[in-house]
Amino acid sequence: MSIGPAAKVIEARTGSRLEKVLRAGHFAVTAEIGPPKGADGRRIQQLAALVKDYSDAQNLTDNQTAVVRLCSLAAAVHVLNSGGEPVLQMTTRDRNRIALQSDLLGAASLGVRNVLCLSGDHQRFGNHPEAKGVFDLDSVQLTATVRQMREERLFICGEEIKAPPRVFVGAVENPFAGPVELRVLRLGKKVMAGAEFIQTQVVYDVEGFARWMDTVCAAGWHKKTFILAGVTPPRSAGALRYMSRIPGMKVPEELIRRMEKASDKLREGQRIALEIINQVRAIAGVSGVHIMAINWEEAVPEIVSMAGLYPRP
Amino acid sequence: MSFEPKILAFCCHHCAYGAADLSGVLRLQYPVNIQIIRVPCSGRISEEHILDAFVKGADGVCVAGCLKGNCHYQSGNLRAGKRVEILKNRLADIGIEPERLHMFYVSAGMGAPFARFMAELVETIRDLGPAFNGQEREGGEQLDSRTS
Amino acid sequence: MILARPKTVSSILALVGGMKSLVVAGCQECVTVCQSGGRKEVSCVAQLLEIAGKKRGFPFEIAQVTVFRQCDNECLVPLDALMEKADACISLGCGVGVQFIAERYPTVMVIPGVDTVGGGGTVMSGVWEERCAMCGECILAETTGICPVTRCAKGLLNGPCGGSVDGRCEAGTDLPCAWEMIYHRLKKQGRLDSLRRIRPPKNWAHSGSGAMRKVIREEVMPCLSALPLK
Repeated sequence: MSIGPAAKVIEARTGSRLEKVLRAGHFAVTAEIGPPKGADGRRIQQLAALVKDYSDAQNLTDNQTAVVRLCSLAAAVHVLNSGGEPVLQMTTRDRNRIALQSDLLGAASLGVRNVLCLSGDHQRFGNHPEAKGVFDLDSVQLTATVRQMREERLFICGEEIKAPPRVFVGAVENPFAGPVELRVLRLGKKVMAGAEFIQTQVVYDVEGFARWMDTVCAAGWHKKTFILAGVTPPRSAGALRYMSRIPGMKVPEELIRRMEKASDKLREGQRIALEIINQVRAIAGVSGVHIMAINWEEAVPEIVSMAGLYPRP
Repeated sequence: MSFEPKILAFCCHHCAYGAADLSGVLRLQYPVNIQIIRVPCSGRISEEHILDAFVKGADGVCVAGCLKGNCHYQSGNLRAGKRVEILKNRLADIGIEPERLHMFYVSAGMGAPFARFMAELVETIRDLGPAFNGQEREGGEQLDSRTS
Repeated sequence: MILARPKTVSSILALVGGMKSLVVAGCQECVTVCQSGGRKEVSCVAQLLEIAGKKRGFPFEIAQVTVFRQCDNECLVPLDALMEKADACISLGCGVGVQFIAERYPTVMVIPGVDTVGGGGTVMSGVWEERCAMCGECILAETTGICPVTRCAKGLLNGPCGGSVDGRCEAGTDLPCAWEMIYHRLKKQGRLDSLRRIRPPKNWAHSGSGAMRKVIREEVMPCLSALPLK
């Protein structure tokens, strides 16, 4: 277990529980909650109540795969109201720098203490493929912006912020998109921009992930940021096959075959997730896991328990 | 009085024109509605030429080139085929039946198929009727084989 | 050059329903090269309109003209006489040409006959690709002559997104990932360090999302004092 050197400079700057857990050297667990395609907040509250004791923080996706859903900021507040610890996901696809900075101030004022900076899936994949993609900033610039707002107390334009947003800043990386050298360069860039934690794309190809981590560690980035490996319990062979077709995803063929053969698919899916958690945990430089149980948040408590990661610190 | 369509056939010198010639030598008959314009290659025919024929009163147009793979200039017939295909869509777009325009591929030895195809084409166009309403047709104008 | 693609003639017909006299105007510059608005395309559109007019039993009177350049006021002189009796002008020039014609003849309806796509070039006969988004602030020196603003589907400035696989863009498998291309070229040039630099937010005020852009160079402007005042 490694602790980033940033921790030596300032301890827990933000009041984020996730930051505290990571800086204390615990193996962190975060869980993803997908907001619904409707104005019903109770579903989020239920899911938050379900997973909050089994994870250190809960990610709220921001119109994931460019499909319109209840907004991540409102979802984050539902999580707060349920006693959870939200990680607000922000994509640069739908909002320009004015809206992003404004939303960040709003989120911080409501008590959100973690933010994840992404560029976002291209609008072409979503339910409004004719939408104009904004991309005023990219994810690296958004990461740097959040850090600048927090520490230098400055907006992008250079104007001063009286009450800066105190948030723990994360970014994402895809270890499987290749070429590895380029991916590690990009990770480094995100860390230099100020990403204090990194949540990765879903890991099924553990060997590939381990190779990527080797390069990351060789460059020393694991000491400057906390890396959380993405884990998704598959619900069926079909779900795995679907994921294998998503840009930037690698799913080994034998995993799909294993799911096909399984009599109890859900149990097998949980078992696969558990195995992957145990495997990535053993890889040097990995600080935690990010469980994305897509439309199957109910699986999180059992997986976390089976992995011996319950109770949370 | 029954409708006698005017049909213009752009025939490649290396194949279709020879096929037409052969059908004559074989004493095969095809309708007099067809007027042939000899061209060096079906690929010489652009959208403009075909549209010009319709503007000047043709009820149907066909472009006849060599069998695929046998073009004297490698791919002129394939280009012509592509152009015809796209022009059919553009004609349909403005409400003109795309069946009024045809591309076909023959060799100089296919005298009988040439005559048969021409007869079929005349029937197709006859069934469709005039391209434009009677009063708007420039009926008196003779299709000129020297049309540029 | 400016890339354009033809609109359907039916969409033009829908706008000229009750009209009689039309001018179809082409341009000898970019739209001639990308074969969407040159002399030949003008002829095809005019002929299709003519056929459609005859078909409906109410033919158009159509004049065809292809000028040297629609985006230059003095090149539009050949249209003057034709536009006097025209009910509408269908311009096969780019969006600039359409606007220059509309400015010169404010009483005549001007209809774009093409959709203007962007700044690009000929990849092979019949294939044209966008290369420049005209953002007003060129960074090509740092990106090895590959424009991420145009060629990255998200216009990212700090490297690829997580969606590119095997060098393909997530927005379309037929598109290469611009950042992977930049990476390979930087590597060949021994300039990978350039990828480590964090590029700050771009000034989009220079781009199309700012106010209408204007380029002024006084040294080539006419000397106003020497001109007769109106």
